[in-house]
Amino acid sequence: MSTAAPAALAPPRRGLEAVAARVAARGLLHAVLVGLSLLWLLPTVGLFVSSLRPAQQIATSGWWKALSTPFSFTLENYGYVLSQANMGRSFLNSLIIAIPSTVMPILVAAFAAYAFSWMRFPGRNVLFLVVVGLLVVPLQVTLIPVLRMFVATGISGTVPAVWIAHSAYGLPFAIYLLRSFMDELPVEMMESAALEGASHAQIFFKLVLPTSVPAVASLVIFQFMWVWNDLLVALIYLAGSPAVQPMTVTISSMVNSYGGGWEYLTAAAFISMMLPLVVFFALQRYFVRGILAGSVKG
Amino acid sequence: MWERLVWGLVAVAGVPLVLSGYVFAVERALSPFAARRRNALRPWLWLVPGVVLLAGFLIYPVVHTLVLSLFNATSTRFAGLGNYVHIFTERSMLTVLRNNLLWLLIFPTVTVVLGLVLAVLTDRVRYQWAVKAAIFVPMAISLVAAGVIWKFMYQYQPPGQPQTGTVNSFLSTLVPGFQPRAWLFDRALNNPALIFVLVWMWVGFAMVILYAALKGIDEALLEAARLEGATEFQIFFKITLPLMMPTVTVVTTTLVINVLKVFDVVYVMTNGSLGTDVIANRMYKEMFNYNDFGRASAFATLLLLAIIPVMFMNIKRFGRGGRA
Repeated sequence: MSTAAPAALAPPRRGLEAVAARVAARGLLHAVLVGLSLLWLLPTVGLFVSSLRPAQQIATSGWWKALSTPFSFTLENYGYVLSQANMGRSFLNSLIIAIPSTVMPILVAAFAAYAFSWMRFPGRNVLFLVVVGLLVVPLQVTLIPVLRMFVATGISGTVPAVWIAHSAYGLPFAIYLLRSFMDELPVEMMESAALEGASHAQIFFKLVLPTSVPAVASLVIFQFMWVWNDLLVALIYLAGSPAVQPMTVTISSMVNSYGGGWEYLTAAAFISMMLPLVVFFALQRYFVRGILAGSVKG
Repeated sequence: MWERLVWGLVAVAGVPLVLSGYVFAVERALSPFAARRRNALRPWLWLVPGVVLLAGFLIYPVVHTLVLSLFNATSTRFAGLGNYVHIFTERSMLTVLRNNLLWLLIFPTVTVVLGLVLAVLTDRVRYQWAVKAAIFVPMAISLVAAGVIWKFMYQYQPPGQPQTGTVNSFLSTLVPGFQPRAWLFDRALNNPALIFVLVWMWVGFAMVILYAALKGIDEALLEAARLEGATEFQIFFKITLPLMMPTVTVVTTTLVINVLKVFDVVYVMTNGSLGTDVIANRMYKEMFNYNDFGRASAFATLLLLAIIPVMFMNIKRFGRGGRA
């Protein structure tokens, strides 16, 4: 509240007219907010409802018709895509790709961030500026040479190729975020640990990493979701190896081959969304923080 | 199946073990040296895994791509600026560039404005958590899933038949005399229809960041203006918005970086047909359909050039952050 009331107060509006205007304004406010929220939710809801409908109904009527009697829901679409359309296998592939692609860059970045924060060496600032510069490099600029390297070494089309690529692509941001966190760790804590004779490796694993959990948690969520939802990297480096492709690649090829087979596409898309949605609702705060922190990444 | 699981588990446990082992091995290897020597060598050994990844998979490839963009399709003959000349003169290529420009102009503008409106409005109701969650959900799912969702939403049946697509059905009910449209096939509509999908995904991001900035504004300032008789609109445009400008810039920059390389939505929904192609999708086609690595590299280089101002901005902005 301001302390000194201004001399000329605007005359407050009174009477029925003012009340009606306020009510109308509030009404409009609620209408806009509720309308937009529904508009934003409906597509996802529509997909989910459709994935539970029999094929013949999806082709002939809109998904909202399923919400009135007679109800007819089925899990057949899920059964089909999991067993016949490779979604079960792809789900596992997505996990096998995403977990090491999350752990590897974050650990490597933590080593580098620790060196940047707590060790002195010539060229430290220049090297860090290079890392910052790399934050926004579009992946596209690296695809052809990296693909050629993978082909030359024979790991193109295998899961480790994708691990390595994601680790490198996620690294600048992870180093940047962890360094800014580790910079803030108290000097006294680090010095007393060193005085007690702890080695850098011990300090790192027993002190620095555990205290960096908040930053690491956001980073884990961000990187995991990024890899889980990635299409391009897997599409390029796993081209021609359907057995190891993640769900994003499988779904995008289903779009082409199934055309209007919405009963399968909707079920497959929903399977790929389940894990992110669970993470989102269970860890909403960390999730939002992770996404926000990661937004500077290229 | 089981073999895959076992293999996955080995990787999940093995990767951290190997990497942690490396750090302990470094300390061990350094122990014979004198303290001075140890302290000079140690930072580099801790940096090695990171530097190898960055140099090998980011820095070197960028340079190599720049070189490849000056060569022919098979990278065997020097072509000068031939690939770039082709991109800037050939008709279908110009469509690609035009579309990227369209995305670049429409997407950040609409997303920031919607995000701003939502940030300001949700602040005034008690159920703001629900609005925020609803708007943020699309951020969690993949662009591939979003592509499937919206392809489904945009479905079109000829007039007279029941519209199974939500958008057409919705508009037919709401707008009298509305004729169903083929959103992804109509050349006047398909680009905006695609752009809207990305807006749908990113508004939550803009809203949450802008909301945080809004909450950072001193409440006393707004209260004083209210007492002076300023209307809510005046307060927003004269006080709130100017104070939020730095954040608006950050959000816009992020959106620009992301929209320049838009790929998944276009690849899944139209694959660039009917005048909807964009740089990243065209580059993919040049690589895998036409095997023209010169042109693909030239497209990639264009993306890099477009992003360079942001890169320098970041270096100026973040570079000062670290301790001296």
